[in-house]
Amino acid sequence: MTEKMTERKTVRKWFWVWDFDKEERWLNQMAMQGWALAEVGWCRYVFEKCEPGAYIIRLQMHPRDESYTDFLEEIGAEYIGRVVQWIYFRREAEQGEFQLFSDTQSRLEHLQWIARMLLAIGLTNLLIGVVNAFAGNPIGAVNVVLATLLMYGLGRIHGKTEQLKRERELQE
Amino acid sequence: MNNELALTESTYYILLSLYQPQHGYGIMQRTEELSGGRVRLAAGTLYGALSSMSDKGWIRLLPGESGSRKKEYSLTAQGLLALKNELDRLKELVENGEKILGGNDHD
Repeated sequence: MTEKMTERKTVRKWFWVWDFDKEERWLNQMAMQGWALAEVGWCRYVFEKCEPGAYIIRLQMHPRDESYTDFLEEIGAEYIGRVVQWIYFRREAEQGEFQLFSDTQSRLEHLQWIARMLLAIGLTNLLIGVVNAFAGNPIGAVNVVLATLLMYGLGRIHGKTEQLKRERELQE
Repeated sequence: MNNELALTESTYYILLSLYQPQHGYGIMQRTEELSGGRVRLAAGTLYGALSSMSDKGWIRLLPGESGSRKKEYSLTAQGLLALKNELDRLKELVENGEKILGGNDHD
């Protein structure tokens, strides 16, 4: 075959849910270095070689919703994939600025959605942990640790929410 | 006047853009054009706003052509009213500002 395959590489990396902005920054730094995100998986990122800075990457927690991905494709974005509730998009930088949120209200709604997910998973783990503890099953400790961690994450998201709300008091 | 809450800038421009039926991308372009490039609606923000506005009955989804995935929206009578109320509110803000800070008449 004469067709040249695009060079690819896989990077394994872990980000905490509340560090989603850090994750997005890292993905954009990779794109700046000539590695565009092409596939996502659990703690797994597949990049393909691109012109440095050719793509802008965005991610968001969003329920499964085909009409939303259609909507983004309509504006020229490519849907890369989904990991649990997180969806990843990229768009060619030459099409201009690419953002998912442009006002405080929608940023707050996004954070509140993340907070609800963390709370739901956290409480479920707490419940399982407590039930196991009463049943004398030591495995429940894992759930309690997990619940504590998720509650910590909830605190971090809450901090971000409060900061946005304070900014909104005077300006939109 | 009524005690309705002020519209956000995004809401105001989305409604204004929908004075003529538009699809999502059209709304973004129209808003940017109307505001002289100042207001750029992001996709997620616009999508969320469109669904809240549909729930409120300010806009409605037009029946799409078969095979087309592009959704077109249009303003409803209620949406037009919300827009007009906001315009009155904005006029009041501008009038008071000019009265106190001096508009074109005084210097």
